[in-house]
Amino acid sequence: MDLSLSESELAFQAEARAWLAANVPAEPLPSMDTEAGWKAHQEWEARLAEARWAVVSWPREYHGREASLVEWVVFEEEYYRAGAPGRVSQNGIFLLAPIIFDHGTREQQDRFLPSMATGEQVWAQCWSEPEAGSDLASLRSTARRDEARGGWVLNGQKTWSSRASFAHWGFGLFRSDPEAQRHAGLTYFLFPLDADGITVRPIAQLDGEAGFAEVFFEDVFVPDSDVLGAPGDGWRVAMSTAGNERGLSLRSPGRFCAAADRLVDLYRSTVADGATPAATETAPAHVVDAWLRAQSYRLYTWGTVTRLAAGGDMGTAGSVNKVFWSELDIALHETALDLLGADAEVESRWLDGYTFSLSGPIYAGTNEIQRNIVAERILGLPREPKGAGR
Amino acid sequence: MRFVLTEDQRDFGGSLDALLSGADTVGAARAWAEGDTAPGLELWRRLAEQGVNALVVPEEHGGMGATAVELVVAFEALGRHGVPGPWVESAAYLPLALADADLLAALAEGAVGTVAEAAHAPYALDAEVADHVFSCTGTTLRTATRGERLRSVDRTRHLTTLVAGDPVPGADLGAALESAVLATSAQLLGCGERLLDDAVAYVKQRRQFGREIGSYQAIKHALADVRIALDFARPLVLGAALGEVPAAAAKVACADAAYLASRTALQVHGAVGYTQELDLSIWITKVRALVTAWGTPAQHRAALLETLVAAAGTPVEA
Repeated sequence: MDLSLSESELAFQAEARAWLAANVPAEPLPSMDTEAGWKAHQEWEARLAEARWAVVSWPREYHGREASLVEWVVFEEEYYRAGAPGRVSQNGIFLLAPIIFDHGTREQQDRFLPSMATGEQVWAQCWSEPEAGSDLASLRSTARRDEARGGWVLNGQKTWSSRASFAHWGFGLFRSDPEAQRHAGLTYFLFPLDADGITVRPIAQLDGEAGFAEVFFEDVFVPDSDVLGAPGDGWRVAMSTAGNERGLSLRSPGRFCAAADRLVDLYRSTVADGATPAATETAPAHVVDAWLRAQSYRLYTWGTVTRLAAGGDMGTAGSVNKVFWSELDIALHETALDLLGADAEVESRWLDGYTFSLSGPIYAGTNEIQRNIVAERILGLPREPKGAGR
Repeated sequence: MRFVLTEDQRDFGGSLDALLSGADTVGAARAWAEGDTAPGLELWRRLAEQGVNALVVPEEHGGMGATAVELVVAFEALGRHGVPGPWVESAAYLPLALADADLLAALAEGAVGTVAEAAHAPYALDAEVADHVFSCTGTTLRTATRGERLRSVDRTRHLTTLVAGDPVPGADLGAALESAVLATSAQLLGCGERLLDDAVAYVKQRRQFGREIGSYQAIKHALADVRIALDFARPLVLGAALGEVPAAAAKVACADAAYLASRTALQVHGAVGYTQELDLSIWITKVRALVTAWGTPAQHRAALLETLVAAAGTPVEA
C-alpha cells in the first residue's frame, strides 16, 4: 500500500504545474453565468485545449493526452491548487463525453468530441423536468417516431438545465415508448439548443445570475444520427452518466483540498493574526474539520482510483461520495463565512462558492435519494413498500 | 500509487477476524468487566502467537518490524470484536517508547505492559494485569507503581492513577504517541463497524407498524450517515499509517464516526439497546471511553490547527 507517484506520473505533474503557473489568469474570471464571463471561460477552455490540458484522459486525436486515471487526478489537484477557473465545459466533458465514448458511434465521436474539447461547443444537461426531479423514471417529455424523415419529434419541457442559458447543445432523455413502464422506453437524444421549436428561458439562481434555464420543446426534429445509444435504451445509457456525475468526474478532490488550504490561510489572516475578532468560538474546530474532511476525500478518491485501475467499477461508491462532498463543500464555505464575520454578506469569492455549494445536496440526485441508495444497496435494508408516504 | 491494502495485509486482517470470531470475545469482555481476566488473558496469548504484540517492535528486538498499516489492520479487528486489555499501551505505544532490549523482547513475546501518558492518557489501563507499568510526563518515561483505582464508563477498562518512579531510557516518545493515537483510531473504526453491523441486522428483523423498521426512510438515512462517516474515516486511518496526515486527523474522524455509530445503534435498538444485557452495550461504552482516550477530540483539533497554521502560506510540495 503506498501513495507514491511513478517517475512518469511525477514528470506529468511537473509539466502540468509549470504550465498552470505560467498560464492561469491572475485575476479570477467573471462568473460563467454572465455573458462576459461565458466568453472569458470559453477562451480559457480554448487555451487549455491548445496546450492539451482540457481533456487529459482523452485520445490524442481529440485533443487529449491519453492520461491514466492517476494522472487525471494528479492534474485536477494541480489545476485547483493553481487557482484555475471552474470549467464551463464540465457537463459535456465529464457527463456526456464518457457516454459518447462508450455508446456513441464513431461518426458521433468525430463530430462532437473535438469541439467539446476546445470549448467551441458547450453542452447543457437537459434531464430534470418540472414533475420529475431525482425520479428520472417519471419523465414525461416525449419523442415520437417520424419514419418518413428518419428521426424523432420531441415535445415537452426540461428545467434546471445548468448552463443552458448560453450553451450550444443539449443532451437529455425523452419517453419514446408511452406504453413502456417507467425505466423502459426512454431514449437519449442530442440536440442543438437553437433548433427549430426549442425555446430556452433563463432562470435566475439564488445569486441572481442565469446559471440554469427552462428548455421548451415544440415539435423539435432530431435525426437518427443524433440518438445516443439504442432507442429505448436511454435509461441504461443515462445511468452510466449519473455514476460519473456523482462519482469521481465532477467533483475531483483537488477542488476541496485547494479550498481547505485557502480556508486555513483565511483563518490565519483573520483570527490567528488577530486581524478581526469576528470568528465564532466554533470556527477553529470547523477549520480543522473542513481540512481533514478534504484530506479524507482526497485519500478516499485514491482508493477508488486504485480499484478502478484494477478493473473494478464505481458501483455504489458514487452515492457515498456525493453526500460527502456536497456536505463538505457547504461546510468549507460556511466556515469561511463565519471567519469573515460581518463581511460575509459582501460579495466575495467565498460567497460565490457558498451560493454554488448550496446546490450540491440538491442536484445529481438529491442527497435523500443517495442515502436511500446507500441504505438499500450497500447496507441491504428493505425497500420502502410501494405507496408509503403518499 | 496503490491505496488499498495488499493481499498479505488483507489476509492478516482476515486471519485475526477468523480467530476472534471463533473465540468468545464477548464472554471474555464480560468476565474482564467482572474482574475475571483469565479468559481475556488467554485471548491475549493467542493473539500474541499471531504476532499482534510484536508488530511494531523492531526486528532486532524480536519484533516483526511491520508497518503502521499492519498495526491498524490488527486494531480494527480488536475493536470490531470488543477484545479487552491494554492493547494500545502494550502493542502500539510501549514498543516505540522503550529502549530496553529485554523489555522490548518481552513485549514482543506477549508480556502485558501499560502506561499513563500525562497529557493524553492520564490513567493507566488494566494495570492490575500488567507485568510492566510506566508513566510518561513530558519527555520523560519512568517506571511506576499503581495508585488509586478509578471506574471507567467502559466496564472492561480498569483505570488506575500511577505513582511515578525512576526514569528509564526512552526511545522515540513522539512516535510512540503517534502510534497509540493511530491504534486507538483504528480500534474506534472497528467498534463503529461492529455497531453498524449490529444495528443493520436488528432493523432488518425488528418489525413495527406492520413492517421491518429498516424499511423506514428515517432509519435508512440515519444508518446511511453512519456508513458514510465510517467510509470517510477509514482513508484517514490508512493515510495516517502511511504518514500522509497526522494521526490526530484519524482520531478526530474515527471518534466522530464511531460515536455517531454508537448513538445511532442505540437509537434504532430502542430500550433494549439501553441494557447491559444486550452485547451492544460493550461497544457503546467502549466508544465513549475511546473518544477521549489518547487525546480528546478537542486536543487533537487544537494540535492539528497549530500545525496547519504554521504550514499555511508556505508552498506545500506534493
